[in-house]
Amino acid sequence: MKAIVCVKQVPDTQGKVAVKPDGTMDRAAMATITNPDDLNAVEAALQLKEETGCEVIVVTMGPPPAEGMLRELMARGADRGVLVSGREFGGSDTFATSQILAAAVNKIGVGPEDIVFCGRQAIDGDTAQVGPQIAEKLHMPQVTYVTEIQKKADGLVVKRMLEDGYMEMKVQTPCLLTCIKELNQPRYMSVPGIFECYAKPLDIFDYNALKDDPLIETDTIGLKGSPTNVYKSFAPPVKGAGMMVESVSQLVGILNDKHLI
Amino acid sequence: MAEYNAMDTAAFKGVWVFCEQREGAIQTISYQLLSEGRKLANDLGVELCGVVMGSEVNEGYVKALGGYGADRVYYIDSPLLKTYTTDGYAKVLCDLVQDKKPEIVLIGATNLGRDLGPRCAARLHTGLTADCTHLDVDVEKYKGFLRETSNIDVENTAFEENTNLKMTRPAFGGHLMATIICPRFRPQMSTVRPGVMQTQPFDEAGMNKVVIEKITPALTAEDIHVQVLDVKKSARKMVDLIGADVVVSVGRGISADPKKGIALAEELAGALGGVVGASRAVTDADWLPSDHQVGQTGKTVHPRIYVALGISGAIQHLAGMQDSETIIAVNKNASAPIFEAATYGVVGDLFKVLPDLIKEIKAIKAAQ
Repeated sequence: MKAIVCVKQVPDTQGKVAVKPDGTMDRAAMATITNPDDLNAVEAALQLKEETGCEVIVVTMGPPPAEGMLRELMARGADRGVLVSGREFGGSDTFATSQILAAAVNKIGVGPEDIVFCGRQAIDGDTAQVGPQIAEKLHMPQVTYVTEIQKKADGLVVKRMLEDGYMEMKVQTPCLLTCIKELNQPRYMSVPGIFECYAKPLDIFDYNALKDDPLIETDTIGLKGSPTNVYKSFAPPVKGAGMMVESVSQLVGILNDKHLI
Repeated sequence: MAEYNAMDTAAFKGVWVFCEQREGAIQTISYQLLSEGRKLANDLGVELCGVVMGSEVNEGYVKALGGYGADRVYYIDSPLLKTYTTDGYAKVLCDLVQDKKPEIVLIGATNLGRDLGPRCAARLHTGLTADCTHLDVDVEKYKGFLRETSNIDVENTAFEENTNLKMTRPAFGGHLMATIICPRFRPQMSTVRPGVMQTQPFDEAGMNKVVIEKITPALTAEDIHVQVLDVKKSARKMVDLIGADVVVSVGRGISADPKKGIALAEELAGALGGVVGASRAVTDADWLPSDHQVGQTGKTVHPRIYVALGISGAIQHLAGMQDSETIIAVNKNASAPIFEAATYGVVGDLFKVLPDLIKEIKAIKAAQ
């Protein structure tokens, strides 16, 4: 049994954001972190490993330095890593990204009891699209916004969050789950884990490694294979600042005069 | 079924709105999307259709969609569609799209819509843009939008003349805005968060002339690989940010003492008759539950008064509150972007400013 976790290295948008003159984000100038929801996905897989002894494989698509993130996740307990990396994959939107990641998961191989875990969404795009799109490409059922997972003899019982409550459902395996922070508390790297992580296997899947999968065509991956394109990107106009008030009394006076309070 | 090719763009016509129902009740996001879809359909000179899936949904509810702008409603009725499942809803929506070929499909970015949309876009081989805050098909209208809301020099920029759907959303972690297009494939799909678009007044004539097409889907229990065991409402009452007259929101500025910062915000909200909201930093840190979050990935609000306490004002947050009537910002940092969106700004530590502010407002309220 395998738990395959799709993760993404993202710019730390909570910190300082660097913008290039052409209006796109200067990723190289920014610190990177593992996408927060993805850490919950990794933790869910590690808990499943403790319960069942399954193998935990972390998969990411990104430039070669993303290996560092995979090593960190192996230091937390993942058994091996797969880095999907290639010039041909660059510029992919969510559709093209899911084609490539689904092909990578196919190459790893999906057994009848296996589970693919993703974070709900990445903080750089906030689309929450890649998880469900991978599930579609792999023809497996999906449950998004997962807050609880119980392994049963004939599948999983999971809770998915709704705006005003939750839905409890039974799902067959293999399946794909997208995880949110309410699911668990991600563990830290352990000291032995840090020592072991560089000895654990890490495979690199480039274009040649995946090109025989029917999902990988020149018109389904990369910039050329992406249905969506950025038409314009822009910053808001520089507006005149609002009225700065010197004291609380002045503010309350204005609000009172304008009958706002 | 007609032959389907997502690249045959000329074969696709009409604007669709997926009208989500839960427990038989149409969700208000559907009316917002129909109002927005009506404008797009008018600009394109095409029909606006609502799509309702469910089991024995009240026919009055279905007909009422005409009053919000739908020319036609496809009502797909099956016991298997009573409660949402990805498998059931995705199959029915994709089958219908492949048969009828709409050029635009709008879906509410609810927890269910954000599950359904990407699954369908992947199956239909087309693009989907999440959480859009503005939609245009007409180039002149899009230019007008850019003149008002962007730093682009519209007069000296070239725009292709076509009716592709221009889908604008905050991007790059909410630090910039991006307009996305899906020029080569149809339908062009987009999701929109509840509260972002305004519902137009109900029009009785529209309701009386709407065409309802009831469809029995080719859906069997074997198509659905999950089993819904239970749907439960949360025991905790959710905060009603969208309906609130006053929203007092806290941001990272409360980090020195989150409990005290939230208590002060609650006291101010109480004095003003409002509710407490939060920036993403606050809900990510679990200082407040996620239903309090205002912003692109949270709720979009336009209250009479919005108070931003210790919130820097990333586009991500501004997208959720900048249309508030009066915005009051309190922040230690005089160069925080929130002051550009604010009607009134106070530079200062919220822990020092708030007690005075609460005291003075309470005094005025007491005198009224």
